[in-house]
Amino acid sequence: MSNVTMKVNGKPVSGEVEGRTLLSSFLREGLEMTGTHIGCDTSQCGACVVHVNGQAVKSCTMFALEAEGAEVTTIEGMANPDGSLSVLQQAFQDHHGLQCGFCTPGMVMSAAALLQDNPKPTEAEVRDYLEGNLCRCTGYHNIVKAIMAASGQDVAVAAE
Amino acid sequence: MPKDGGIGASSKRREDVRFLTGQGNYTDDINIHGQAHAVFVRSQVAHGTLNGVDTADAAAMPGVLRVFTGADFEGVGSIPCGWQVTDRFGEVMQEPGHPVLAQGKVRHVGDPIAVVVAETYEQARDAAEAVVPDITDLPAVVDMKAALAEGAPKVHDDLTSNLCYDWGFVEDNRDAVDAAIRGAHHVTTLELVNQRLVANPMEPRVAIGDYAPGTGDSTLYTTSQNPHVIRLLMGAFVLGIPEHKLRVVAPDVGGGFGTKIFHYAEEAFCTFAAKALKRAVKWTSTRSEAFMSDAHGRDHVTKIELALDEQGQFLALRTDTHANMGAYLSTFAPSVPTWLHGTLMAGNYKTPLIYVNVKAVFTNTVPVDAYRGAGRPEATFQLERVIDKAAREMGIDPVDLRRRNFITEFPYATPVAVEYDTGDYNATLDKLLEIADVAGFSAREAESKARGKLRGLGLNCYIEACGIAPSNLVGQLGARAGLYESATVRVNATGGLVVMTGSHSHGQGHETSFPQVISEMIGIPEDMIEIVHGDTANAPMGMGTYGSRSLAVGGSAMVRATEKIIAKAKKIAAHLMEAAEGDIELKDGQFSVAGTDKSVAWGDVTLAAYVPHNYPLEDIEPGLEETAFYDPANFTYPSGAYACEVEVDPDTGKVTIERFAAADDFGNVVNPMIVDGQVHGGLAQGIGQALLEGCSYDSDGQLISGSYMDYAMPRADDVPFYSVDHSCQTPCTHNPLGVKGCGEAGAIGSPPAVVNAVVDALQRAGHSDITHIDMPLTPARVWSAMNG
Ligand code: FES
Ligand code: FES
Repeated sequence: MSNVTMKVNGKPVSGEVEGRTLLSSFLREGLEMTGTHIGCDTSQCGACVVHVNGQAVKSCTMFALEAEGAEVTTIEGMANPDGSLSVLQQAFQDHHGLQCGFCTPGMVMSAAALLQDNPKPTEAEVRDYLEGNLCRCTGYHNIVKAIMAASGQDVAVAAE
Repeated sequence: MPKDGGIGASSKRREDVRFLTGQGNYTDDINIHGQAHAVFVRSQVAHGTLNGVDTADAAAMPGVLRVFTGADFEGVGSIPCGWQVTDRFGEVMQEPGHPVLAQGKVRHVGDPIAVVVAETYEQARDAAEAVVPDITDLPAVVDMKAALAEGAPKVHDDLTSNLCYDWGFVEDNRDAVDAAIRGAHHVTTLELVNQRLVANPMEPRVAIGDYAPGTGDSTLYTTSQNPHVIRLLMGAFVLGIPEHKLRVVAPDVGGGFGTKIFHYAEEAFCTFAAKALKRAVKWTSTRSEAFMSDAHGRDHVTKIELALDEQGQFLALRTDTHANMGAYLSTFAPSVPTWLHGTLMAGNYKTPLIYVNVKAVFTNTVPVDAYRGAGRPEATFQLERVIDKAAREMGIDPVDLRRRNFITEFPYATPVAVEYDTGDYNATLDKLLEIADVAGFSAREAESKARGKLRGLGLNCYIEACGIAPSNLVGQLGARAGLYESATVRVNATGGLVVMTGSHSHGQGHETSFPQVISEMIGIPEDMIEIVHGDTANAPMGMGTYGSRSLAVGGSAMVRATEKIIAKAKKIAAHLMEAAEGDIELKDGQFSVAGTDKSVAWGDVTLAAYVPHNYPLEDIEPGLEETAFYDPANFTYPSGAYACEVEVDPDTGKVTIERFAAADDFGNVVNPMIVDGQVHGGLAQGIGQALLEGCSYDSDGQLISGSYMDYAMPRADDVPFYSVDHSCQTPCTHNPLGVKGCGEAGAIGSPPAVVNAVVDALQRAGHSDITHIDMPLTPARVWSAMNG
């Protein structure tokens, strides 16, 4: 067991982990922050995406110890400071971009990273960027719409 | 004008806020104080004699509390099957036992052999690797026809063969159908495979058993679409725990699609082990485990024949299907290829004679059961493919051929024992031609051609049967359950109310749409209404959510309970206003006396019910809470027409979906936004089946597609924006809301549209010999078809 220390959503945290403990497990079990989900064991579904030092990362592909000293942001840290939904989260609600909600944390974290790098993505760029995020419920239509809307683009035209 | 509340409004989903902020409460998010962790040891071979299990090393490892094997479950019941099919000859199906942990034999890769329970998950996982099963390999049966051959290895030694049943429907039509086909002007024949799929809800299954030694109460937290059904099946048939000592909770559930209907061994194990160890026991499936332990879907091999006269009128239809049951009978498996498939073979058409033969077969594979659509996609696929093929063979436009045979008068009794109440198939088809811009296809085809791509257009219709019912009929058909739903409406003193429903929401948005209905009925804001579901401690009973039944059946139960509430509230209002009960009207949350200006508010009446100072105590009880059970008179019959446009790359065989349009008739619609979303999701699953997904086994029964590395799930860039419409509405005539159900339509209607489109593209490019390609239409399959 080793000690690991990092900042999660701006708050310093630490815990005892094994060398093999994944960042996803540390967040869920160690810190009891269950917003980050685990949907697979082969790093394909993207339910576990968080930001590590500003980059979107599948937290199941990273050991907790590798995040030593890092700034980690999870879905629990995405709302506005007053607790209201951020523009991106609000767009997911407005456009019905989620159904069961299980893929949603990863989708929001991936989409946030996309919009940071590419504030006005095309539909094709959004679809391409989401290739590491599986959703079984929405057929992606409303997720793509929500992300386009959050980027301030006219979704009515996009959906034609 | 879009409404801003009530029935017909696209109310935003209230559940989204918790899901968007990481505050959902899924089963794996639950941790019970002192819980231990379970890891399953599963068979790595498809078929073998289990001589014994060496658990000594594992039991001695750090943190291990106990290692369980089949021997621990000898006095425990078998995992039950909920449907008994009777075969063509009047005999009941062969029904094998299904132990919680393997006893004597292993029968598929993934069959659970032992379970390690330890203090931590890591300790349990490490120790599981030290469990050594002693297995003598036996030859496996994987292919259904080989499984039925004389002398084939038997999956269950105590059964006479691998044949579960040989079902004929309608058996009395068998000879007449045969004669009609032999005498027909034209017969189109098609052999096809409806491949095995894995449902893959994004949330893997989880079970947590808990036990209170002080009271003897057991609790199971589980990823289920129907917690009451699990309580009944597991309590009564497996573990012998009466309902009043067993609570089953299914909190937020991350998608189901059918595969979370069934009662699984892991649920019984965790409940059993919690009692044995006197502490909570938690199991969380890995995705790899899910591939070999969640019930799979589809897996039909079919030959269909359609007989037509010179004018293209359908004369008779015969279908011959082998349906894979896998190694054991999952909860509703026997009903899927029979009553959920055979009864739909009329489709939207007036075919006078139909005969359906289904042989259900045991193989050394994961059990197969209902997956989104369950039987109806299989029926629709073969019917709509054979019609397309017939149209080509006879030189009739496929749209025209369908129209010539449409059922146009309702109610309509089909030759396969169901009665459609309403529908307008020409209307949905007309709407489809409009939203798909079929008129503009030629221009788009030319544009594709200019880029060296082959464009094709495929259309089809579908009908489905939802809200399977009524209970007394399904009982005759072999269901070992009733198919009603219940709801309790509890009005609080200050006027807010809670609905405890037996329906379960795992993505469908009931917490938002159900209040819209009550808001419309009473005239109070939606946010005064809360939906509680997923806990046997709340709703009186629940058959749960599957088969697109929640609003049609669960919603109807809620309406009936609310009607009782309103009736009682009117009595109270009449007393408060000293008026006759018959003169009381309720509108916008106000009770008034007809023809006067007297009124009392909803909240005044609810308060009076709980503070009954001025109250007719001699006539009615205080309080305002009502329960209703609703058992539908018939199925509902959503229908529609779908169109797909594809481009095929002639160099690689890669198919891309360029456009997809769906025109559905769901009857009345409560929340159009949610309905659109349900269709979108179904379309992606249908497109996934048509182009990408396929669960495959090698000839030894090894599961080849055991993870997302080799099971191709549809991704965002595999699908287009869809064009969906549900403005054609012929309300259901027998439920109070006039709703039909929308959850499965997309997955039922879309696979034939995609395959029809690809065949069309290839035919337009001169490949007149290509009349069918089996799903999934991977580049390799399409390229091979084109290149002989
Ligand atoms: S859990 Fe990390 S990609 Fe699936
Ligand atoms: S909303 Fe259920 S998996 Fe995406």
